[in-house]
Amino acid sequence: MEYTPTELMVCEAARQLRDGEVVFVGIGLPNLACNLARRRHAPNLVLIYESGAVGAVPVRLPISIGDPALVTNSASVCSMYDVFAHYLQGGRIDVGFLGGAQIDRWGNINTTVVGDYAHPGVRLPGSGGACEIAILAKKVLVIAPQSARAFPERVDFVTSPGHVTASGTRRALAMPGAGPVLVITDLGCYEFHDGEMVLSSLHPDATLGDVRRTLGWDVRVAAELAATRAPSGDELRLIREDLDPGHLYI
Amino acid sequence: MSDPRQGDKVMPMGEAVRRFVRDGQLVVIEGFTHLISFAAAHEIIRQGRRDLVLCRLTPDLVYDQMIAAGCARKVVFSWAGNPGAGPLYGFRRAVERAIPRAIEIEEYSHYGMVARFAAGAARLPFFPLRDYQGSDLPAVNPEIRSVTCPFTGERLAAVPAIHPDVAIVHVQRADRLGNAHVWGLMGVQKEAAFAARAVVVVAEEIVAEEVIRADPNRTLIPGLVVDAVVEEPFGCHPSYAQGYYDRDNAFYVQWRDISKDAASLNAWLDEWVYGVASRAEYVTKMGARLANLRAREQCCGPVNYGF
Repeated sequence: MEYTPTELMVCEAARQLRDGEVVFVGIGLPNLACNLARRRHAPNLVLIYESGAVGAVPVRLPISIGDPALVTNSASVCSMYDVFAHYLQGGRIDVGFLGGAQIDRWGNINTTVVGDYAHPGVRLPGSGGACEIAILAKKVLVIAPQSARAFPERVDFVTSPGHVTASGTRRALAMPGAGPVLVITDLGCYEFHDGEMVLSSLHPDATLGDVRRTLGWDVRVAAELAATRAPSGDELRLIREDLDPGHLYI
Repeated sequence: MSDPRQGDKVMPMGEAVRRFVRDGQLVVIEGFTHLISFAAAHEIIRQGRRDLVLCRLTPDLVYDQMIAAGCARKVVFSWAGNPGAGPLYGFRRAVERAIPRAIEIEEYSHYGMVARFAAGAARLPFFPLRDYQGSDLPAVNPEIRSVTCPFTGERLAAVPAIHPDVAIVHVQRADRLGNAHVWGLMGVQKEAAFAARAVVVVAEEIVAEEVIRADPNRTLIPGLVVDAVVEEPFGCHPSYAQGYYDRDNAFYVQWRDISKDAASLNAWLDEWVYGVASRAEYVTKMGARLANLRAREQCCGPVNYGF
């Protein structure tokens, strides 16, 4: 069955989630991945949205992080103070999902500004909850399409810290969470070795040449490079017919 | 002299804005995606307020419109995008090209903003949090600092309390004293209201005090912190009110094109803000578009408050 690179990213992200985990969900591809996992191998996945919906079971694709469908039939609805202080800082979040305009070799993420902060080339939205998700979630999955512009060796601005920043490593900075453990792009998946992104699996139809052309540094490749599994017909049917029938994100 | 916070506080929006929103003030219109008072924002634009410091987590279309109308000198925020639909062009034009005027920005993350409201509400000078280490945000915002815990010796991030001159919050229903029921997403409205020097509650409907008292657990904001109560049905559109009407997602997408250049954004303000005298006129002018957003019914069972 034919599929798009975006559909593959969603399926691969969904496969990372274990049944019963508590996931801090972002809008867009992370939302599709979490709801795909919930419909398949992880029916007890607990979806928490920064807007305050806990154990959400959205019957329609949420367009915004505060969609009313996240409230209807959820397990709890709480204030944003509760979300950030009790759930996130309280250590209740197993997995945080992040994306970004720029992601670097060390898993640092920029959603603030391209260019200089005081004289921005492009002003981006900013942190939202990303900075604290990066620091506090037990682990972080990153999902973003790959390009040389989006994957420089060093991001212009660290909104959400990965493994190595100008002010130190996660351990030296006493960050509670483990930080990014996997980056999923449209070409491959990357694990972190000594804080650095290392290509661990290559998607079908992608080549090492494609990967090297679209990263801003000479990337390390795992000794045993895996081949990413293509999406199954069932995964694709769920995404296309149930989760995103209007093809908003896929 | 009687306490002005006692008794009937119901007034029209025009009067609430005249009395409680002044040039140069720190103004908060809260509501995270849900319950954003566009009705209040439009009245502030119509009354020509200037040099406001606008503070909220997500400036959203509501501050994009106020910035474009020239109301703001500074924006304090944590995520400035059009949720689900792209950038905020009005905000970006002001930041990048000083159109219609230069604005200052002061930027946090969501938790930092939530913590500022929590400190303000509790009249503490700051709030400690485990955040910001390794991020460049403290380097561009000197208000993000750190403290050493006197008990454990840990270094923690600290953000200062915020005390808005006025907080404006939309609610589903309130009584004439300002006791306000909210359900669905609650954002930081309670903290914002308690942190503020004055509070304007805008309600989809004003109900009898007995309706509020029958379900006191649902009262997010008590009348004792409220200065004004305004009734504005559909007062959040294109934001939404759970159980009343859905978010107008199509409008948020349309705003991308409307706001892309200053001329078309200004033309929209001319027609939909300056071109109507009140929210009621806006609602009439929107017509069937709003009727189509009406929420379907999904009521919960009653609880027993007896003893």
